[in-house]
Amino acid sequence: MIIYGVAVLAACLLAGMIVGDALGALLGVESNVGGVGFAMLLLIVLSDRMRGAGLFPQHSAEGVLFWSAMYIPIVVAMAATQNVVAAVGGGPVALLAGVGATALCWAMVPVLSRIGGVEEALPPIADHAEV
Amino acid sequence: MELITATLTKNGLLFAFLLVGLVMWASYFLSHHLTRGRLHGSAVAIMVGLLLAYLGGLFSGGTKGLADIPLFAGLGIMGGAMLRDFAIVSTAYGVDLAEIRKSGLVGVLSLAFGIVLSFLVGAIVALAFGYGDAVSMTTIGAGAATYIVGPVTGTALGASSEVVALSVAAGLVKSVIVMIGTPFIAPLIGLNNPKSAMAYGGLMGTTSGVAGGLAATDKRLVPYGAMTATFYTGLGCLMGPSLMYLMIRAIFGA
Repeated sequence: MIIYGVAVLAACLLAGMIVGDALGALLGVESNVGGVGFAMLLLIVLSDRMRGAGLFPQHSAEGVLFWSAMYIPIVVAMAATQNVVAAVGGGPVALLAGVGATALCWAMVPVLSRIGGVEEALPPIADHAEV
Repeated sequence: MELITATLTKNGLLFAFLLVGLVMWASYFLSHHLTRGRLHGSAVAIMVGLLLAYLGGLFSGGTKGLADIPLFAGLGIMGGAMLRDFAIVSTAYGVDLAEIRKSGLVGVLSLAFGIVLSFLVGAIVALAFGYGDAVSMTTIGAGAATYIVGPVTGTALGASSEVVALSVAAGLVKSVIVMIGTPFIAPLIGLNNPKSAMAYGGLMGTTSGVAGGLAATDKRLVPYGAMTATFYTGLGCLMGPSLMYLMIRAIFGA
């Protein structure tokens, strides 16, 4: 059933959040540390194990894939709820600090991704293959 | 008319699905016909979203973009942290764990570089504009990391509310630039494989920026970028009031 996939996904995110919050509390910061990352690792490992054991059929996968397909629309909704007015109206200090930090870190991407050898580009994706 | 508005407001999330569906359709249409697909439909959609957020913010005077207008409040649920994180985690389905393990070192290094460099740039800009004390410099530097690290660090160090507001604005600028700029900068910095996406997430750190920017570039990169970006804000909040403050105070002697 599709709900099984959704349930596994929800369980992974909840577990990840709890671990992230606990880690944050342990480090003494008022923030979740890596909750989404732990949830992703958990989903990768758990779904792989369950598939291997025959417990994660295609219908279950569809419950996860639906949310994956909803990712871009959700991000568009997120964009529509950002405080863009404050970003635009922050004045030169905010503008320069934000732009400067972004530009410098952009320049660092090729430097860091070269560590341990250059990786090949993903194959191009066809337009009609998009969901 | 009033009846229709009331229904749409009451069923905000459904109305948000409808609205975003329309935005997506219009954006892909524009992408195909105006830019011949050169600018990806999802990139156009995110820009339209940001434009709507700007207009909504101007109109309502609030902080949540279009979602501050009651009719569009459903966008706040659809684009809120809960569903956003749910969708981000779902993109990890089918990712090869070996790929992540292979790039783990790059991810860790990118986090360290991303946080330290953002703090330094922010601190230098603050100094240039006359915010020369270590607390203000660190707080604005924290804002250049993300708009959450800024106020957390500022509060911990006892920065003035003016400086905290500046740090939030700096973080918002970064997040918006990363969302809009990633598809344009990607070909220039080799952002086209999982490893570079992991470096990207750690260097940029802003979850919303990375989530939006990679979606607009190539959705297959999202899980890798999100994986590292998710550690950034927490680490930034940890390092900001401690290590970064001491470092900035040592370098600039204020």
